[in-house]
Amino acid sequence: MKEKVKILDQEGINRAIMRIAHEIIEKNKGTVDLCIVGIRNRGVFIAKRIAECIKKIENIDVPVGALDITLYRDDLALASGQPLVRKTEIDFDINNQNLVLVDDVLYTGRTIRAALDALIDFGRPKSIQLAVLVDRGHRELPIRADFVGKNIPTSHKEAVEVHLQESDGSDEVLIAEKA
Amino acid sequence: MVWTKKDLLGLEYLTSEEIELILDTAESFKEVSTREIKKVPALRGKTAVNLFYEPSTRTRVSFEVAAKRLSADVINISTETSSVRKGETLIDTGKNIQALKADIIIMRHNYSGAANMLARALDISVVNAGDGWHEHPTQALLDMFTLKEKLGKIKGLNVAIVGDIAHSRVARSNIWGLTKLGANVTVCAPEILLPVGIELTGAKTSSNLDEVLKKSDAVNVLRMQFERDEGTAFPAQLDYFKKFGITEERLAKAKKDIVVMHPGPINRGIEMSSEVADGANSVILEQVTNGIAVRMAVLYLVSQAKEAKK
Repeated sequence: MKEKVKILDQEGINRAIMRIAHEIIEKNKGTVDLCIVGIRNRGVFIAKRIAECIKKIENIDVPVGALDITLYRDDLALASGQPLVRKTEIDFDINNQNLVLVDDVLYTGRTIRAALDALIDFGRPKSIQLAVLVDRGHRELPIRADFVGKNIPTSHKEAVEVHLQESDGSDEVLIAEKA
Repeated sequence: MVWTKKDLLGLEYLTSEEIELILDTAESFKEVSTREIKKVPALRGKTAVNLFYEPSTRTRVSFEVAAKRLSADVINISTETSSVRKGETLIDTGKNIQALKADIIIMRHNYSGAANMLARALDISVVNAGDGWHEHPTQALLDMFTLKEKLGKIKGLNVAIVGDIAHSRVARSNIWGLTKLGANVTVCAPEILLPVGIELTGAKTSSNLDEVLKKSDAVNVLRMQFERDEGTAFPAQLDYFKKFGITEERLAKAKKDIVVMHPGPINRGIEMSSEVADGANSVILEQVTNGIAVRMAVLYLVSQAKEAKK
């Protein structure tokens, strides 16, 4: 990695997540039949923060789940490293719910494709909406986000790093030239 | 930690990190069996062959369920109805299965070392489902998984293995695995069923069951394998039950929360009483459930290792 540029700091991340929470409530006309599922790892932390913001705004607890998509990856057979299989924890019924899927970065769209496949195995939500902290473009599949924290135009040569308190000890979004 | 082995032959050949990786991966897989749709696409398009030279229901079905929940196709070969009856050698059978473009052979064989031999001869994965008196790695892994789930850890636990140690591949795999993860293992049996040199594996030996139970956090009760009896080695069944059978009276003197395990099938009234088998300390059926998660993890890891090598 060469020099890194900070795109979002802690306040920026907090504001983006608070705005996403407001937009989710607005689009769904409240919190009835609403649930949130984060994609492991960082998507889960962002999902929990969105739920906290919704709690502050509406004083309602929205159920939050965690989804591991490793077993649904389309490059599982090609992956050079060995992706660690982690736990999926969705201990509520997603049938007929408005489900907000959450991830940190939206890039090719392949992770979201895998997540949609996995979710359908858990039931038939009324709708699935997508919230991401960063949309960096370069989609390879027809997938778009409903709620975006920040759009960051990037090139393939760049890497977007999301650091969160829960996993990395600090809140920031960095962009760097790949070494 | 990356899994690099194409085969799972025994716990003797694994590091503690590799054993822990299997157990951690199994923990993630356990959730799949609780879903309404109990299937993930991880091994879609892969073929697993169950090649069993010895009768088995629970292990074969457990592997079949595990492979199917990973979306693999499963073919069962029973040697009773195959060309093995016509004198085909093990290696030839294996090479034919490989030529059919299968990806994994899950094998049970009555000869110790059969899985090792087959794995060396083939490029595809071989998973040992029990070979002679040698090893039964997935059984030991599911025992350890259940222990970890019940008691929160393996390190430092006192685990007793009671019964026919001499003929037991389950005992050997458990000793290797448990000692590698830092448990203290005591094997307990009539002296005639304690094989010479078993202490070299790191296990203590005893023939005093009550003394052993007092100190144990868990007891793994093995089946008396009467089908392997050559007519001399085995104590009379009733006599064995009196001295080594796990009963409620015996458990009353042991630690209150002692975990009672059995790899199945149980001989009720020989290794343990029905009250114990169905009692509060017994985790026997949880072992069966956990066996699926552990075998899913093993099948996933060996097939991933092979992919990484290409």
